[in-house]
Amino acid sequence: MVLLTRKVEFAASHLYHNPNFSAEENRRIFGKCNNPHGHGHNYTLEVTVEGEPDPVTGMVLDLKELKEILEREVMQRMDHRHLNYEVVELAGQIPTCENIARVIWQLLEPKITQGRLHRVRLYESPDLFADCYRNGAGAAGLS
Amino acid sequence: MSGALKIELGRRYRFSASHRLHSPHLSEEENCRVFGKCSNPYGHGHNYVLEVSMSGNVDPATGMIANLSDLDAFVERQVLDEFDCKSLNEDVPVFHDRVPTTENLCIEIFERLKTFPKAKLERIRVQETGNNSFEYAGDNPEGNQS
Repeated sequence: MVLLTRKVEFAASHLYHNPNFSAEENRRIFGKCNNPHGHGHNYTLEVTVEGEPDPVTGMVLDLKELKEILEREVMQRMDHRHLNYEVVELAGQIPTCENIARVIWQLLEPKITQGRLHRVRLYESPDLFADCYRNGAGAAGLS
Repeated sequence: MSGALKIELGRRYRFSASHRLHSPHLSEEENCRVFGKCSNPYGHGHNYVLEVSMSGNVDPATGMIANLSDLDAFVERQVLDEFDCKSLNEDVPVFHDRVPTTENLCIEIFERLKTFPKAKLERIRVQETGNNSFEYAGDNPEGNQS
C-alpha cells in the first residue's frame, strides 16, 4: 500500500461560542477564541489517500482529480469564509480543529473513489493540528 | 460513520536545552568513538520541538478533545519548566545515570505526559534538529502505527 498526500491552504474566520453556556462560562472555557467578532487563521490541510498504484498509470489516484475534489469540497466551502456562519456542515458545532477535520473527512470520504481516504490532518497554526482517520488504521502520513 | 473515526489533537512545543552524550560505563576512548563530537565535555545544545498527540472523544459542548489551556499548562509543568534552558545531564535527575539521547528523552517525556487526565496520550515526537526526529508511544500499539 502506498500513501499519497496533497496539501492545500485556506483562510477562514471563526469563533468559539456555545449558546448553552453563560457569557462567563464561554469566556472561561474558550478564552480569547470567544471574541464575538471572531478571528481568523491560515489553515493548512493535508489529505492522505491510500492505495496500490495502478499498473498502467503508476498512480494511486490522479492528483488532478484529488485537486479538483479538494477545490470543490473544501476550498469553495471554506476559503475566505466564516466557519460559524457560512459552512452548513459545521452548523451547531464549535469550529475547532477537531470538528473541522471530521467534517472535511465526511465531505471527502465518499468522493474519493480511486484509492481510499487514509487521513485528514488540519493545521490551524504550525503548532496546533487535528488528525482524523479510520479507527484502528493509525495516523501515518506526512508529519 | 463518525463512530468509526478517530480524532487526535496534535500540539507542538519548543524548548532549548544542552546535553552531553557520555557513558560512565565506557572508557574515554570508547565514548569518543561511540558518541563522537556529542561527547565534548562541555556539552552542546539544541532547539528541541516536542509534538504531543492526544486522542479522546470530542466533547460536543466544546468541540474539543481537551482544552488547550489545560494541555499547555500540563506540558509546561511536566516538561517545559524543567527542561527549557537547562542542561539535561545536570538539571534533570533521570539523566544523571542515563545518557540524554533523544531516544531516552522521548521515553522520559512520554512517562511525564501519559498521566494527562483529560485525554489519552497516543505518542510523542521529539525533533532534535530539522534532520533528526524520534517518536515514542510507550506500549500503546495504536500509537505506534503513526
